[in-house]
Amino acid sequence: MGTHTAEQPAPVAAGTGTTAVPTRTGLLIIGASQSGVQLAVSLRALGFDEHITLLGDEDHRPYQRPALSKEFLQGTVESESLIFRSNEYWAEHNVDLVKGEYIVRIDRDADGSGVAHASSGRQFPFKRLALTVGARARKLEIDGGDLDGVLYLRNADDALALKARVGDAKDVVVIGGGFIGLEAASSLQKMGKNVTVLEFGPRLVGRAVGEETAEYFLQAHRARGLDIRLNTSAARFRAASAEGDKQTSVAGVELQDGTVLPAQIVLVGIGVIPNTQLAEQLGLTVDNGIVVDRFALASDGTTVAIGDCANMPNPVPGSEPGERIRLESVNNAIEHAKVAAYSLTGRREEYAGIPWFWSNQADLKLQIAGLCNGYDRTVLRRDEERGKFSVLYYRQGQVIAADCVNAPLDFMAVKNALAKGRNIPADAAADPATLLKTITTDS
Amino acid sequence: MPTVHFTDAEGEVRDVQGNPGDSVMETAVRNGVPGIVAECGGSLSCATCHVFVREDCLSKLPPMEDMEDEMLYGTAVDREDNSRLSCQLRLTDELDLFVTTPETQV
Repeated sequence: MGTHTAEQPAPVAAGTGTTAVPTRTGLLIIGASQSGVQLAVSLRALGFDEHITLLGDEDHRPYQRPALSKEFLQGTVESESLIFRSNEYWAEHNVDLVKGEYIVRIDRDADGSGVAHASSGRQFPFKRLALTVGARARKLEIDGGDLDGVLYLRNADDALALKARVGDAKDVVVIGGGFIGLEAASSLQKMGKNVTVLEFGPRLVGRAVGEETAEYFLQAHRARGLDIRLNTSAARFRAASAEGDKQTSVAGVELQDGTVLPAQIVLVGIGVIPNTQLAEQLGLTVDNGIVVDRFALASDGTTVAIGDCANMPNPVPGSEPGERIRLESVNNAIEHAKVAAYSLTGRREEYAGIPWFWSNQADLKLQIAGLCNGYDRTVLRRDEERGKFSVLYYRQGQVIAADCVNAPLDFMAVKNALAKGRNIPADAAADPATLLKTITTDS
Repeated sequence: MPTVHFTDAEGEVRDVQGNPGDSVMETAVRNGVPGIVAECGGSLSCATCHVFVREDCLSKLPPMEDMEDEMLYGTAVDREDNSRLSCQLRLTDELDLFVTTPETQV
């Protein structure tokens, strides 16, 4: 990349007005998400000196999502503290923040440059394009799904809508026993609501954790008073029955067996669908997300796609050649953005670090290091007295992942061992009194 | 206004003013102070907002809870006696805090 000062548009206040003749930005990042923000920040750290436009379809400045189901919902943090960077930061770093613009179409020239068209009619010409468009909540398509009070929790407006209804609600039914459902259920229970969680499958948290961890969470949540029903799905949502006028608010959830659970709020958390519409329109290869190579480049070789929306080669050392993965996590949004920032500045750097995840549910603090798929052995470490629980996953004798509840030392030891290509021998790991760090070996 | 003086591993100093009630980590991140990563946004899950607190400032800070203590054993640069996770340090009106960021957080 050379210098392009002549093409840098004058800084425009974030999200204001329209320009008669839009100037061309050096890089248009569509999606003011965790990965979009990190891409802009990493590019500046690498010395990328072209103008950057960071565009999002929400009316908020870019913010952190994880707290939406926890601290923000419970009112223990303010919306301002979720904001990633101050306005001054963006201005000083020559990044235009554009809020509330939804891109519906992109025209492309042969050299990769083009123009993005927003639903408002505004146009955004660019030299290069990054898609950090994330994913959207999967909708539950059953009778009554459009009633007021049937809610999802993906973005800040969703969280605000939930918060606005919480005060008047007594009963909440959460549909989906995954991370988002369990986090929100724990928060709502703490806020005094009568919460029932319905999980379609035979265990909690689906494939993200192993059997032992799923069972641990089931018991722990039930012990804390959460009503969790496995193998249970909603048949329809019911409105309040009333004489005469049509009711539009949800009042209950009817299960497959005919049982009706009262609910003034239904929160649906049944997974997400990657946003691939723009990629498809651009003719990029799409398969469970936007298909990218090890350097975060899409099939056209110039667009970068990162974070929740991207399907990438599995970056974990030792994974099967050709194996692909789409990761939905903060850590991936950050690390993938760094890879893309190198690509955009002409360097080829592979994904670094070990994927990790966290989920805070009531007083249960889950930290996951690595990916457990393909394990052939587990080792449990349980300290009932101190409320600690860890599962280490092994494949052919090598530790590959760990789920750790209230056990940060275990989490850190496994994460560090994985990052350095070291091992924690299974037989020695079983005693919870042994510090894993002290038994980590070089092979 | 509370002020935090961040010195990076190369010795460069950045003075950042913050708001009472915000954490040192938030103050750093919002203003783009390099050397503080804070992947988890302050939920005490990642240990990537590690700072070394100047000795004479340690007593101005709240004591460490067990979780922070355990997380500090997993920092990228080994902990010292004056190590803290900056997400756990809240700014107060008169606070004038001097911290050094480690060479790396990940």
